[in-house]
Amino acid sequence: MNAPSAPPLPKSLQANPQLGQWLKILPDGEVHVCVGKVEIGQGIATALLQMAADALEVDAGRIRMVQPSTAYSPDEGVTSGSLSIQDCGRSIRHVCAEARELFRQEAAQRLGTEPDDLILDDGTIIGPGNARTSYWELAQDVPLDRPATPGERAVRRRHASGREDLARIDIADKIFGRPHFIHDLRPADMLHGRAVHPLRLGSRRSGTEDLAAIAGAGVQVFEDGAFIGLLSDDELKVEQAAARLREKITWQGGAPLPKEAELPDWLRAQPVDPVVETRGEASAQPAARTLSRSFLKPYIAHASMAPSCALALWPQDEGETRLRVWTHSQGIYNLRADLAVVFDLPLDAVVVEHVEGAGCYGHNPADDVALDAALLARGCPGRTVRAQWSREDEMSCGPFGPAMRVDLDVDLDAEGEIAGWRHTIWSNGHSMRPGRAKQSTLRAAAEMEGGAPCPIAINMPAATGGGADRNSMPLYVFPDTRITNNRLMVMPIRTSSMRALGAFANVFAIESMMDEVAREKGEDAVAFRLRHLKDPRAVKVVEEAARLVNWPAGNGLESGGRGFAFARYKNTGAYCAVVADIVCEEEVRVERLTITVDVGEVINRDGVLNQVEGGAIQATSWALKEAVRFDRDGILSRGWESYPILRFSEVPAVDIHIIERPDLPPMGAGEASQGPAGAAIANAVFDAIGVRMTQYPITRENLIAAMELGL
Amino acid sequence: MPTYQLHINGSARAVSAEAETPLLTILRHELGLSGPRFGCGQGECGACRVLVGDQSMPSCDTPVWAVEGKAVTTVEGLGSEAGPHPLQAAFLEAQAMQCGYCVSGIIITAAALLKRVPRPSEVEVREALDRNLCRCGAHNRMVRAILRASEEMAA
Repeated sequence: MNAPSAPPLPKSLQANPQLGQWLKILPDGEVHVCVGKVEIGQGIATALLQMAADALEVDAGRIRMVQPSTAYSPDEGVTSGSLSIQDCGRSIRHVCAEARELFRQEAAQRLGTEPDDLILDDGTIIGPGNARTSYWELAQDVPLDRPATPGERAVRRRHASGREDLARIDIADKIFGRPHFIHDLRPADMLHGRAVHPLRLGSRRSGTEDLAAIAGAGVQVFEDGAFIGLLSDDELKVEQAAARLREKITWQGGAPLPKEAELPDWLRAQPVDPVVETRGEASAQPAARTLSRSFLKPYIAHASMAPSCALALWPQDEGETRLRVWTHSQGIYNLRADLAVVFDLPLDAVVVEHVEGAGCYGHNPADDVALDAALLARGCPGRTVRAQWSREDEMSCGPFGPAMRVDLDVDLDAEGEIAGWRHTIWSNGHSMRPGRAKQSTLRAAAEMEGGAPCPIAINMPAATGGGADRNSMPLYVFPDTRITNNRLMVMPIRTSSMRALGAFANVFAIESMMDEVAREKGEDAVAFRLRHLKDPRAVKVVEEAARLVNWPAGNGLESGGRGFAFARYKNTGAYCAVVADIVCEEEVRVERLTITVDVGEVINRDGVLNQVEGGAIQATSWALKEAVRFDRDGILSRGWESYPILRFSEVPAVDIHIIERPDLPPMGAGEASQGPAGAAIANAVFDAIGVRMTQYPITRENLIAAMELGL
Repeated sequence: MPTYQLHINGSARAVSAEAETPLLTILRHELGLSGPRFGCGQGECGACRVLVGDQSMPSCDTPVWAVEGKAVTTVEGLGSEAGPHPLQAAFLEAQAMQCGYCVSGIIITAAALLKRVPRPSEVEVREALDRNLCRCGAHNRMVRAILRASEEMAA
């Protein structure tokens, strides 16, 4: 009889199988954990450290998370898609548990006993008769330069769900104002760089302005095609020079942007590369009627609190490393690949190191500014150049979350049941990350003389969660479902991954339509959903959310409304249901979001709560306020006045309930709540005033427009 | 360049700078502080806020001449890990942030509020913070931490 085969190694470990790539046990009692996933404000470093401490059975205080670098860290691709716990966390847990057992075996030999007779206590290994050794003593003799082997090794959760969450390791620095962010790095002899980017992709300078004269004394000007860069040892001088140049330089040509008011029609009219996915069989019966709605999500800006920043150095010595870059990018290996393309260097000649930046919600200008820094530093070997984007460029020159049009056509039979479901998307691709195409996707790469135009954004395959099509296949079971994802083959506005990707628009469309079909049938919206859900975890999340708010009772608020929505992120990740309680008067105000979530095993409870709540509040901001504004010549929303986000007095109360699943694999929590939060708000608007909102953001203007259309 | 006599976190500091140099530039570059952070340069996001006297002000668009002779307090000057300000202790306790880039400005605005209104209501806290932005959605935690600190300070 064969023994049951061990589960395969976690994904990141398959790609980086050496134990020693992940873990170093030092003779002095310190443990170094080296991962490829990066801290982007989500608290992941703390959760990973906690997983390592539990699996190694050591005190968390002994562990240092090593700054990720392409020079030595495991290549885990991009920190995105809510996969850090699944892929990296499970790898770390495996590595640390396997190492723990290797140490236990070595100790058993030394102490002349059986491994099972040993007790582990914070790295000290205690045998019968109080014989002792430790990880630190054995560190030299237990080689970790060996590949991980499959197999289940028990991990005791000392920081199990509950009150014992490890406190975030990065928080004290931030509360006491200590240097922590990439913006705080100040190497000696540093120069300050700025770039002046044209507003339209592909434009070139038309004027004959004397750039050096405008920049003024003490500021060097570099011009390479449409890339205009400035350098100075005085940050204020270079900042002011860049502001003057932005104002004075005239540009011509380039790709005109669409007209903002015509965005839905424009999306529909572009050349596309369609992908069709179907499920179920077409009904032989013709539909009694078809319900059709067209939904729109505008372009959304990342709008990170800090402008993107990077440092670059071309070392003067003749060593192997030709270019060093410090970045807050989500993907240090991806960025390295693009820098190698732009400068025609072998990969190993470029070293990219991660340093934390402000909160990151997707592919923002972090990568773009790194090329700016490298271009500017090339002219002054041996000196580190720090480049930083302006607030205006941060809001207007980086990649955006793509605008999406989603048309839903739902066939109903004579009883009002769903017989056919057609979901058609028009959107730019949701991935333009560096490191994936032959040409660089970094902004300045296309601006440089002879630079290839920026590759058009793609969608990642459905197997890895898709892009625009993410969450387009409903988790509800319908007889005949057809998804058509039309990826635009033109890209006048750069687009790439932003938190939840297509899920924000797709869940909006699906959950609005579920609400509408239920109402048309005269059926309760929750009961209708439950009738179409087969997955018991989905059922539980929906039922629990309904129970918590005493559904179908209303919220009793004057001019109030209550809306429900549900999704399982990527159809493979966390389950989340949201009840939105709103007040709809002059404009929509969200009073409370009640959320249930199932992320499998909870690694760090406070981290899950923080991520789910943050996601829901950010989604409230997207749903109520956010749209990138533009005209033919460029992006108009270039600051916080023109791109408002939710403020403290507008933030709803958020009440989160975690469905406990301690025995099921842990899943990421950062992107579960956005889709359902937005959709629940839209459904609450209908509940309040009987108007079906099919367009984000739900501003006063868009409410009035919807009323006039009689939606 | 003129010289200005500044009072930063309780110390007298003389700096030479053009009159219009933003206070933030002085704090970060000349004085090596990292608590006040650059976010927008237009006084709109609050990441750079400092106390000038008892008022929360954006240091990115406050010129250095305007604070001469006035007491300027950054988040570093409120307290330290060994002796934290009650707000800092409450933020630590509540893990009140996600990325934390906005947090020093928010603590500063909260400190100004608590000087003016020692026991604010939740609505008052939220209104006081309306000129500080947080993009990660950690608002509610921060509001709870501020209310907690105001209780502690009143006790």
